[in-house]
Order: sequence, then C-alpha cells, then structure tokens
Amino acid sequence: MGCVESMNYEIVLRDATFKESRDYIKSNFKEFIDVQPGFKVFDVHVIGLPPIAIGLDGDFVVFPYTKPCHGTFLLRVEDGEEAARLRSLKK
Amino acid sequence: MTGEPPASAETALLVLGCPQVPVQTSIALYLINRLKQAGLKPVVAGNKAANTLLVVADPDRHYLMEVMDLDRAVAQISDKKRDFDRCFVFIHNDAGVSYAATMGAISNAKLYVIIYGEHYEEQVKKIEFPCTIIAAKAVHNPLPLKKAIDEVKPWAV
Repeated sequence: MGCVESMNYEIVLRDATFKESRDYIKSNFKEFIDVQPGFKVFDVHVIGLPPIAIGLDGDFVVFPYTKPCHGTFLLRVEDGEEAARLRSLKK
Repeated sequence: MTGEPPASAETALLVLGCPQVPVQTSIALYLINRLKQAGLKPVVAGNKAANTLLVVADPDRHYLMEVMDLDRAVAQISDKKRDFDRCFVFIHNDAGVSYAATMGAISNAKLYVIIYGEHYEEQVKKIEFPCTIIAAKAVHNPLPLKKAIDEVKPWAV
C-alpha cells in the first residue's frame, strides 16, 4: 500500500472506527458501492468488516484506509478513471 | 528450540497489531515457540514497529522464521498468491478487529483472534464472524493471556 503516500488525497475522517467510517459514507454520499475485504481500490487492498462501503462523488473516490496503530482513515482521491471503474461494478 | 518444522509443515500466520500494548511481543514469541514445537511453520506479519520488536528480541532467529510486512501479506492473500492453514490475529483496538474480519474473508485459514488490553471486552463484542476467540485482560502481564491460550491449545492438530 505504499502508493497511498504518493496519492494526492484528502483525509475526510481520521482515527475512526471501522463502523464510523462505513456510517459516514452511507449517510454523506448518495452514491456508494459495497465491496468485500481485500478488494482493490487504486493499489490499496481495503481492510474491514464486510460489506465495506466506498463512496463516489463525481470524479472523487472515498474509501477507508486502516492502519494498525491509527485506526481507520477515510481518504478522498480524485480519479475519474477509478470512479468510472467502480461505478461499472455496481449492479 | 530443537529442530525446524519440515518444509511441508502446516503454516500459521500471526497478524500483529499495533505494538503499543506490551503483551503482544511476549505472547507472539510464546505462540511461535508452541507452534514450532507442534511442527507448524509460523510466519509473522506486522507493521514495521511490531516486526522490529520481535526481530531485535530474537537476533539469532531461535524462534522467528519468516517475517513479512502486513500490507504485503494482505495483498498476497487477497490476490490468491498465498494462503495459510491457521491465522492468529492480535487485537486490542478497532483496527485489529478490521484486520481479523479481513483475514476471515480473504483466507481459508482456520481463524483465531487473540484479544487483550485494558478494554478487551469492547473488542470481543465486535467479533461477529466465525473464529475461535482467545481473550483476557492483559496489558503488561502476559500470564492471563498465556493461560487463555494454553486452555485452547491452538497449536494442536
């Protein structure tokens, strides 16, 4: 997951619990997809209790990023291609 | 330690949490020893700090075998490049529960969660996925957690 450091990301939530991050996405984004743990967003395998919510807001992707010592962060990254790929996975 | 497990031995992944609670390193070494004595091959996956605590404590690798980066372990298992027979996830915070749920979803390993810390009961309540729970209130003194592990004997065939 080294690539997170090289992304131009904005931290939406920090040091949250996994549940707080899922609730935040579901209550703040009209558009989201549910994925399973290990699903790859950019080059990040997402961690969490299934289902894991990933928010979509135009060209922005909002996803949880968990670190053992700092809990779960919600990161917001602008990438039209990745947002389109994730949209295409919606049923 | 007497002898190394054979190359064909069952494998056990130890997923370490944040090392801020002292008992983790002690219990990890204890479990590694027990697993090796039972003929299993333990592999440790943690962040840099958690791994370094173990590596520095065992410079001649009497206990440790393979030690890998936690993110790399998640990537390899998610991508179906590697899996393990048993998986032990160390938990004392919410992130630990997230890693355990992830291992339960991506791996075919038999899953054990080792829960400790001052507020271990809060984390126990969050476990809603199939696994064997080993839990004790343990922060500085590893003996309550060692006792809980000994009762389960997760190294047994």
